[in-house]
Amino acid sequence: MSTSSQTQTMPPTGASGPPPEGGTGPHRTPRRRRPRVIDGVATPGPVESVLKGIILVIACALVILPFVGVFATSVASPEQVIKAGGFVLLPTSIDFTAYQMIFSGGVVTRALGVTAFVTVVGTTLSLALTATLGWALSRRGSFANRPLLLLVLISLLFGPGIIPSYLVVERLGLLDTLWALIIPTSVSAFNVVVVRAFFVQLPQEILDSAKVDGAGELQLFLRIALPLSKPVFAVIGLFYGVGYWNAFFNALLYLSDASKWPLQMVLRTYVVQDTQLGGQDLGIDTASLPPQTSLQMAILVVSIVPVLIVYPFLQRHFAKGMLTGAVKG
Amino acid sequence: MTAGVEERSAPRAGSEEPEQGGARAARPRVPWWKRMWRDRTVLLFALPGMGVIIVFQYLALGGNVIAFQDFQPYLGISKSLWVGFENFGILFSGDPEFLGALRNTLIITGLQTVFVFPAPIVLALMLHSLVSNRVRQLVQSVLYLPHFLSWVIVVALFQQVLGGAGLLNNFLRANDWEPIDIIGNADVFYALITSQVIWKDTGWATILFLAVLAGIDKSLYEAAAVDGASRWRQTWHVTLPGMRPIIIMLFILKLGDSLSVGFEQLILQQDAVGIGVAQVLDTYVYNNGVVGGYWGVSAAVGLVKGVVGLVLVLMANKIAHMFGEEGVYKA
Repeated sequence: MSTSSQTQTMPPTGASGPPPEGGTGPHRTPRRRRPRVIDGVATPGPVESVLKGIILVIACALVILPFVGVFATSVASPEQVIKAGGFVLLPTSIDFTAYQMIFSGGVVTRALGVTAFVTVVGTTLSLALTATLGWALSRRGSFANRPLLLLVLISLLFGPGIIPSYLVVERLGLLDTLWALIIPTSVSAFNVVVVRAFFVQLPQEILDSAKVDGAGELQLFLRIALPLSKPVFAVIGLFYGVGYWNAFFNALLYLSDASKWPLQMVLRTYVVQDTQLGGQDLGIDTASLPPQTSLQMAILVVSIVPVLIVYPFLQRHFAKGMLTGAVKG
Repeated sequence: MTAGVEERSAPRAGSEEPEQGGARAARPRVPWWKRMWRDRTVLLFALPGMGVIIVFQYLALGGNVIAFQDFQPYLGISKSLWVGFENFGILFSGDPEFLGALRNTLIITGLQTVFVFPAPIVLALMLHSLVSNRVRQLVQSVLYLPHFLSWVIVVALFQQVLGGAGLLNNFLRANDWEPIDIIGNADVFYALITSQVIWKDTGWATILFLAVLAGIDKSLYEAAAVDGASRWRQTWHVTLPGMRPIIIMLFILKLGDSLSVGFEQLILQQDAVGIGVAQVLDTYVYNNGVVGGYWGVSAAVGLVKGVVGLVLVLMANKIAHMFGEEGVYKA
């Protein structure tokens, strides 16, 4: 029974070889079975399915495995980490010393504070600027609407370059301030376009009737446009947030004062470049630090976890939010 | 990007333009300052965001003039000496460091075009042909994740897995095999950074392809099946032609970016592997300009890089039009 069904479903896969003969008339019984079809789309044959399954499982494992290793190593006991010479996949016991150390007020704690500040303030500012600009650009027919829109769109096509950007930040006196991490990247032209596209397709009747009721521009924006577009702002806010959390380039370029470093710079110095993290860096005076690897993995975990926390929310929204902007235009 | 680009022609063509658009022709023209005053609230709304874009995009662009100066930071743009095209001499003088950076950039871009660009197309086809939606969503949410990690984290993860004391080598040593030197080995550096890009962005890059795949008319597949087309033939004659516009569009955009290859990714790994293989044009500009103080020369390299990128996009778009494709935008 099973063998016969096997042979019957085989042909679709084999069909990749010889093309179906054009000579057979439409009413003659076809020699090979047609592929099984769902909604008109042929379903894959078993060999292909198995192959695909294997590839996808490997791909997922390659993504997940490093995370497991990092989490495991950060909570593994010092002895186990030393014995393994580094990375541990299965911790035999749980030990949170590394976390206690990095949270005891040294460089890592301070960097975490900086990053949290930049993320919260930056995301708020970005959302405000993006929403207002998107709204203004959605008011078609208003003064200079088209030239302004064009300016935003053209800015998508080029970047000013590293040195010119640096010079502007320098001239504005933002070097070595946290604002250098926030203001230059606070408006993403792409997000403005997405928001504008969303505002443009809001039903005109609602806006008109509100206008008849005496609502001004500000009220239209605050009372009608914003409440109707919460999902879009949820997605865009998350993207901005993740962007600020991950920001490394701006910190590298604009901050020479190590006391203002965000988490990503600390990560680079102590994890990627493997600089020794001593007791005074961490603000503690114990001689018995856990192994460097444990500390490094704990820093990595701390920088990954917030992204993992917002990720499910992002995931639920981004397909919808981004694609309404990107596909409908 | 997509949105931006279609946007340009959309409102113009839109017939449901609000009052002003159509009425302007009929009514006597309102002078511009009256219209400006009438729309002052809207303009006020635009002001802060527009200000950021104008200052950090357009005004910053003006900073490129230092490419024509012997720029000294303490003198500023206004007092630094003008030297004409002298700084651009670096492009032709056969300076080994510049040529090295150019060569590395081209190699990396070439590798990315061959290996990174097609990867999400293949993955999207695979995901699209999964029959179970649940499985597909699960795989998608796993594979999208690395896109949201910073380069610092990605590089750190790769070090932990492939480094000297990493997962792979510990496993090899535990089984009495020779450890492999990957991190910090110049010979395999390009393979390493290419696989990093694939690991980080392939999943996420499928999102546009999947949207396009979902939009392909099902009746085309039905018609093909009725004509006796096998699965592979359907893919070849229905799916791929349906994806062609988006593939071409992304390819054009990629071309425009071809001289900017992963600044963060490379600057993070330069120390370990050496500047000989890991210096690209962007890191050259940063290392020599911001760090090294050769402002004029670095700005000249950056400017030429930017102009070449723009020209590449415009040309590729033109060529796409000539072959009857939509390209990125319509002029």
